[in-house]
Amino acid sequence: MKYMLMMHTPAGGPYQIARWPQQDIQAHIAFMKNFAKALGASGELVAAEGLAGPDQARRVQAGSDGKPITDGVFPEAKEFLAGYWIVDVDRPERAYEIAAQASAAPGQGGKPLNLVIEVREVMSAPRDPAE
Amino acid sequence: MSAPDPQTQAQIERLLRELAPQVLGAVTRRCGDFAAAEDAVQQALIAAAERWPGEGVPEEPRAWLVRVASRRVIDHVRAETARRRREELVVSLVPAEDQLAQAAGDDDGGDDTLVLLVMCCHPALSPASAIALTLRAVGGLTTAEIARAFLVPEATMAQRISRAKQSIKASGVPFALPAAEQWAERLAAVLHVLYLMFNEGYASSGPELTRVDLSSEAMRLVRMLHRLVPDDGEVMGLLALMLLTDARRAARTGPAGELIPLDEQDRGRWDRAAIAEGVALVTAALPRGAVGAYQLQAAIAAVHDEAPSADATDWPQILALYSLLLQMSDNPMVALNHAIALAMVRGPAAGLERLDALALDARLAEHHRVDAVRGHLLERAGDRAAAQQHYRRAADRTTSTPERDYLLMKAARLDER
Repeated sequence: MKYMLMMHTPAGGPYQIARWPQQDIQAHIAFMKNFAKALGASGELVAAEGLAGPDQARRVQAGSDGKPITDGVFPEAKEFLAGYWIVDVDRPERAYEIAAQASAAPGQGGKPLNLVIEVREVMSAPRDPAE
Repeated sequence: MSAPDPQTQAQIERLLRELAPQVLGAVTRRCGDFAAAEDAVQQALIAAAERWPGEGVPEEPRAWLVRVASRRVIDHVRAETARRRREELVVSLVPAEDQLAQAAGDDDGGDDTLVLLVMCCHPALSPASAIALTLRAVGGLTTAEIARAFLVPEATMAQRISRAKQSIKASGVPFALPAAEQWAERLAAVLHVLYLMFNEGYASSGPELTRVDLSSEAMRLVRMLHRLVPDDGEVMGLLALMLLTDARRAARTGPAGELIPLDEQDRGRWDRAAIAEGVALVTAALPRGAVGAYQLQAAIAAVHDEAPSADATDWPQILALYSLLLQMSDNPMVALNHAIALAMVRGPAAGLERLDALALDARLAEHHRVDAVRGHLLERAGDRAAAQQHYRRAADRTTSTPERDYLLMKAARLDER
């Protein structure tokens, strides 16, 4: 079964990582790279993307004519989606484990960030009941 | 059957890639249906890749491929005809099989390759579609390989290629070189597609092990084009530009895949042979008269590549070349690079002043690179707080991960000195 793990980071200025000391940024980036590599090596990684900053984001809604109405950024959002992983695991607990590892990515001074990771199952064809 | 050794496998693969456009040209020319021929050749290539390693390469590999592909086209046409009841086509096509295989040996396929390249880079196609179709029809890559290179699912890529072929079919272009009065424009479109293909490979320096490297593929195709039209200065210019840019590949990223800018690269890791070849090409191209944008960009790359260090770079010459380039094209990125060169020659204040003027250009106003450049120039001018602010703004706006990491590090480094 596939799960989407979505990493949310608090708003309050886009990419607060920008305020960290050099070595903390480096450690964080290294963690994320190794994390993706390990998931790839275990055969569980389906896809992962970091998303561009909220400055680049737009809210889109269809107007009554069906044409898109785009709105600027989301000033009111308390947190925003920073990136996601899609993993293919054999039980939900494994997805939670992976999410917890991502959540504990090192932050300033090497302290775990403990960011919120939203875990959602990806829709798929109905599972064989005999499975 | 024992598994063939990797070397044989690689040789066969190279041979197939080399033959692909020639075979496709031959089959298209005779059956007149590019889309059907393209599918058939792809199937023939896959069949060869499966069989040749075990059975050995046939004596006349090209004729073998043309024969197999022609048979597939005929099968396809038969099926289509049965569906549409167009018997007369079958009558004209069936006896053509032997003719096809024979005729293929007559020329070296060079003209057909050129026709294909021009056709796949048809201005009616979006660049992404043209790149994909060129990689398959001229580059001889499979859809799966192209999909991997672009990190999209194979089905998505198959759809993109199929739609591109439909557009070409709908545009009704004959399988022939364009008329003389269109030649320059169509060749320019080919060069543009190959340039974008190269950049795609150059920019996506992900850690993933893609077997197909778009930059190398673009270089291979430009090299082929250069063999076909050896006298064109812009083809030479583009090949030189690619060689001179790619020569820095090994020095461009650090051990963790991080971006290393030109002025911090270990020049000992630059590929001297590629630089020598690129310099020779651009030197031969420039005196030929009408100087084009690729030649100028290659000349700029050559000045960088020949400098023993960043400080010893001949910036006045680079500035002069960017000024020429700026006259030739209204490209905001060229204008930005011109501002950097200006700062290197006349100091950061001159560059910043130029940047202020450029930021009024709507195409640049929100672009992260303006902030990145401003950050660099402010840092050079000694205004660290402002530099940091612009690096961070640029980091917020870029959509490239390595670039964002690089800009964040630049900003962080200013805190610690």
